[in-house]
Amino acid sequence: MGDPRISIRRLEHWFGAGEHRAPALAGIDLDVAEHEFLCLLGPSGCGKSTLLNIVAGFLRPTAGEVLVDGRPVSEPGADRGVVFQEYVLFPWLTVAGNVEFGPRLAGVPATERRQTVARCLDLVGLGAHAAKFPLQLSGGMKQRAAIARALANNPAIILMDEPFGALDAQTREVLQDELSRIQRLEHKTILFVTHSIREAVYLADRVVVMTSAPGRIKQVFEITLVGPRDRFAPEFTRYESEITRVVKEEVAKVHE
Amino acid sequence: MRWGLARAAVLGGVLAAWAVVTYGNRALEIMNPVVLPTPGDVLAVAVEAVRDGSLPRHLATSMLRIVAGFGLAALAALGLGLLAGLCAPLRLALEPVIEFVRPIPPLAFLPMFLVWLGLGEASKVAFIGYTTFFPMFVAIAASVLRVDVMLLRAAASLGASRAALLRHVVLPAALPGIIVGLRLGFGLALFVIVGAEFMGADAGLGHLIMEGRTFFVPAQIVMGALLLGLLGSLVNALLLAAERRLLRGQAAA
Amino acid sequence: MRGPAVTRRRAGGVRLASVTTFLGVWALAAAIVEIGRLFNPIFLPGPWVVAGKVLRLGLDGQLWIHVGATLHRVAVGFTTGAALALALGLLAGHVRGVRTLVEPVVELLRPIPPLAMLPLFIVWVGIGEGSKVGFITYATFFPMFLITVAAVGRLDPLLIRAAQSLGARPRQLFLHVILPAALPDILTGVRLGVALSFFVIVISEFIGAEAGLGYLINDGRNFFLVAQMLGAAAVLGLLGYLGNAAVGWLERRLVRWQHTG
Repeated sequence: MGDPRISIRRLEHWFGAGEHRAPALAGIDLDVAEHEFLCLLGPSGCGKSTLLNIVAGFLRPTAGEVLVDGRPVSEPGADRGVVFQEYVLFPWLTVAGNVEFGPRLAGVPATERRQTVARCLDLVGLGAHAAKFPLQLSGGMKQRAAIARALANNPAIILMDEPFGALDAQTREVLQDELSRIQRLEHKTILFVTHSIREAVYLADRVVVMTSAPGRIKQVFEITLVGPRDRFAPEFTRYESEITRVVKEEVAKVHE
Repeated sequence: MRWGLARAAVLGGVLAAWAVVTYGNRALEIMNPVVLPTPGDVLAVAVEAVRDGSLPRHLATSMLRIVAGFGLAALAALGLGLLAGLCAPLRLALEPVIEFVRPIPPLAFLPMFLVWLGLGEASKVAFIGYTTFFPMFVAIAASVLRVDVMLLRAAASLGASRAALLRHVVLPAALPGIIVGLRLGFGLALFVIVGAEFMGADAGLGHLIMEGRTFFVPAQIVMGALLLGLLGSLVNALLLAAERRLLRGQAAA
Repeated sequence: MRGPAVTRRRAGGVRLASVTTFLGVWALAAAIVEIGRLFNPIFLPGPWVVAGKVLRLGLDGQLWIHVGATLHRVAVGFTTGAALALALGLLAGHVRGVRTLVEPVVELLRPIPPLAMLPLFIVWVGIGEGSKVGFITYATFFPMFLITVAAVGRLDPLLIRAAQSLGARPRQLFLHVILPAALPDILTGVRLGVALSFFVIVISEFIGAEAGLGYLINDGRNFFLVAQMLGAAAVLGLLGYLGNAAVGWLERRLVRWQHTG
């Protein structure tokens, strides 16, 4: 199979200092294989976003390390694209401007950039909106633009932190379909944080269920359904129930 | 408390830097030491001015002018502002004056006030009044206009009469904005009084500062400037505290 | 009880009507003073007298000399102040070391009304152009500096993270993220600076100037040339208005993205 793309070793993270330290992550060991779509799932406060931020290089862990292709990471970089829940598009640039941001900074010549932008916008279905400003877009469109922007930079890894959390239920499912389709074409390594079990079962190759704070890996589920997945198939529902049972245990602990 | 300490340290640092530059200049004889007054020079002038009573006199003169001018303007701005906020025809009637006068810097009218009202107190008070009236009027009228219609609807459906609406909804809702407007007006008065006392005056802090130039005593200028700064900070802090008391519990305007 | 909402064009029409009304009332007042012999009409010249004076000054070339002098001082003073404020402001907002150095000085000088420092400038630099221009620079620097620092501080940190994950290096971050994101606020500061320039130029032209609109106004004091004073004030107001409009135009062009949608 080859070496894992992302290797997380003995990762620990504490917030605050001295007496007021609060543990967020309590020892995570995880490998993410190349081309794998891995979901981090868990109740609020389980540290899944913290874990993602550490892999992204936005946070330095208190202990442990993260290796990408064998090399330790401590800074954000173009090899790990990020899609945020808040979209975070650059409001002063058009959709096309946003999408070509990474390649432009990397010095890619204009003609090549234009082709990349066109391809990525078509991939997310925003071809007709290239000249619009983020203010003019709906939430779903903004997130598509954000995904296109991450893709245009051609990172090996894409990190997504509850990217569909701010969208309504319908748009959410549409974008899940889109993402699933895109992944079947692009075969990226994706680390996806969510608290929706349904979303995790629909999108992921593996689902990592985390415990409540301090976060640990409770259980890992391998989803062997072939894409595109049917949300109403019995196998799908079986995964959902199984994972729900495990997650409920953890949610109960949070409310104790 | 920590913020206060940091602030003190910072000011101490600046004071130190000032001392170094000016005493150093005096020692090394780079520039005429008179032109670069040391903290000691400034203090000396201040002490002398307090001793011979001139500083308190000038300070009082300036403050009186500000309070009188601002006071009159505030009363007018409150009265007219409230009315204008409530009554569209009045607003439309006053708008031309405001639109016309707004782009013209108030200080441009100072000589005119001197011509119209002479060199006495009246011209200064009137000038301060004129300068502070318009911004306060606009701010107050705007606060009244900005009152959320939904608040009025809620009160109306609870049986409030027009008078009750005014007293119990419009005024309290507009109050934060009104107070901010008044505070800004006072700040403007402080800003402008100096300039107003540069010419056609023989008393006041502005005059004191200008004297420093006429008689080539820069230390006096610096003293006057620092005093004004102190005064401004003090008054501003007091007004902010008063504002917070009056608007307990409400969000900032 | 409340005013009606007005559309853009209607607002323009209302403004025109209100200015005309104002002129009308003024003319009426002046006429009453003249006819009723209330006081020496020299103290309240009607709009036609003022306009006439301005026209005469314009025709014989004098007006332009004074307008030019004022504009020159404002232009040089303001651009210097703006350049310094923006450069230092961006640096201070971005680099903590610069901020700790500059902020104390700013905090000390901020409460002092800039007008109080004018005589000091005159003592240091003399009564000529230098002190006037320098004074405008000094007066406009502080608000623009503070606004620029705040603009950088208010930046959404997620924007920085997004750019970093797209491979942006520190210099690129500054040019391609911080600058464009802070621009709207910075332009608001610039607009303030322009207004402030016109605000303070007058007073410095009252003292020791031989040209400029402020000089014209003060000069009128000697022979009660109220028409000249009012006329020069009106021209000054017009210049200020145009300056403000120019910045507004700049804002609309550079910050197009804020006004769409």
